Amino acid sequence: MIRFEDVVLRYPRAAEPAVRGVSLDAPRGALTAIVGPNGSGKSTLVRALLGRLRPERGRITLDGAGLDTFTRRDVARRVALVPQREEPAFPLVVRDFIALGRFAFGGVWSGQTPADRIAVAAAAERTGAAAYLTRRSDELSGGEWQRVRIARALAQGGEALVLDEPTAFLDIAHEMGVFELLDALAREGRVVLLVSHQLNLVARFASRIALLHRGTLAAFGPPGTVMRGDLLERVYEWPLVVSRDPAVGAPVLVPLRHRAPR
Amino acid sequence: MPRATWLALCLVLGVAIVLGLALGPVPLSIATVWGALFGTGDANSIAIVQTLRLPRVALGIVIGAGLGMSGAALQGTLRNPLAEPYLLGVSGGAAVGAVIAVSLHLTAPSLLPLAAFAGAALAVALVLVVARAAGARGDPRILLMAGVVVGAFANAAIMVLLAGASDDAVRSALWWMMGSLGDATWAGTRWIALYVAAGGTLLLFLAREIELLALGEDPAAALGLDVERATRRAYLAASLLAAVTVAGAGLVGFVGLVVPAIVRGLGARSVRSVILGAAVSGGALVVLADVLARTARAPAELPLGAVTALVGVPFFLARLRKMT
Repeated sequence: MIRFEDVVLRYPRAAEPAVRGVSLDAPRGALTAIVGPNGSGKSTLVRALLGRLRPERGRITLDGAGLDTFTRRDVARRVALVPQREEPAFPLVVRDFIALGRFAFGGVWSGQTPADRIAVAAAAERTGAAAYLTRRSDELSGGEWQRVRIARALAQGGEALVLDEPTAFLDIAHEMGVFELLDALAREGRVVLLVSHQLNLVARFASRIALLHRGTLAAFGPPGTVMRGDLLERVYEWPLVVSRDPAVGAPVLVPLRHRAPR
Repeated sequence: MPRATWLALCLVLGVAIVLGLALGPVPLSIATVWGALFGTGDANSIAIVQTLRLPRVALGIVIGAGLGMSGAALQGTLRNPLAEPYLLGVSGGAAVGAVIAVSLHLTAPSLLPLAAFAGAALAVALVLVVARAAGARGDPRILLMAGVVVGAFANAAIMVLLAGASDDAVRSALWWMMGSLGDATWAGTRWIALYVAAGGTLLLFLAREIELLALGEDPAAALGLDVERATRRAYLAASLLAAVTVAGAGLVGFVGLVVPAIVRGLGARSVRSVILGAAVSGGALVVLADVLARTARAPAELPLGAVTALVGVPFFLARLRKMT
């Protein structure tokens, strides 16, 4: 499980910390979501998990042990992370791209082991990327590309999956596909930690939601306790209402116009 | 890359070698070259082939291989298809190191590459510091700009160093700054080849890490790479290769730019195969460019760096246009 304990994060030479005293945890077998306005510190938490930013205060632990006690390779074997943006400088064949997920297991020179091949094939099968293994990364649609990236993370074989806005720019079918996949992966006992702007989907899929506001935790709990109109209105600084979806019964956020429509 | 493509690349290199031995101010037939290689035929041809052209072709292969591999590694590390040692100021720094060594009479073929490497490493450090001060270590465009500026500074430094030198020394230094295989000897080529082989092997070991760096810093870190250390190592190995080529043949620009692009265009995808392919086609390109330098205005000889720049600059501009 991944745990942040009273974590304070500051970018080099920044006057103010980007994250100030956030505590949250993402357990096995559940989908945990981090939401909040732009600049509230969501991606900063992810960068800290990458070891790209060291906490000024507090600590981050994986299964109880401090993140700084692991090497980068050890972390990569436990936590597979899909960063927000990624554009390879030079196009790669999908199969080779997914195989890069096995980096933390290989030696300097060693080629793919049978275990690597099995992990890559299983990950491709699971995400649907198996259908286009021989295509080039620059020929994929947005939805295919996200699936390939998730496949690479699965090939890392760890028990934890962290994704930073995996459904940005995706249409409804691809977005739902990604959420269903993450839900299934969580149900198999994995830790799934997800940063997302899709509050309505998160409310349906996540078991707990962490709501960030200007680097602090405004709320952390089951969707019912976080999806409250007054709370979200204050955090997002926009008039809105939260109602209940008549079809599926989940809380739904509806942003309002400043002026009532004519 | 398909096996047939590899074979074709090696064939091109073979043709380049034959042309390099046969063509020049005194054109020789292939039969004459063949005989001269084994010491038969007239003494003149034997001398031309064995002591003039063979070491020159060998040096050209080694220089081209070094530049190609260096460019391939830098492009992956910096995620930038326009990166290459000359444009990044690495070669310029190496030239300063070499000129200082020469002015101190440290001209042993084993030492000159090391002096050039010291200069190259300094230039790399300077480029990285300048780029970091500009606030975007990760921004390849800033790095390239910093490289061009550091390269210009290195050129100026060489001019200052040469201010008090004799006319002959200035002429030879200028010739060197334009790049040339004219001074090729077996003794020198052996050392250059040794250093290029060492640097190339190092790069092949680093190829997996460079593959990850080419994805970007965050994805590379997510896959378990120590990004800072890997960047440093790749940069140093690529600088070593570039510096050695400067010690051997002076400043030869744009080979490191053109060659990896050709190899990628031929279907090489993994960093390791791009590096290997760049070694083979870099050798062929430099040998062919040298043939052109020797024959275009014979008996006068064009500077090799000018020939590669005449090919490379239009290529660079075309790539730039495609990128923006």
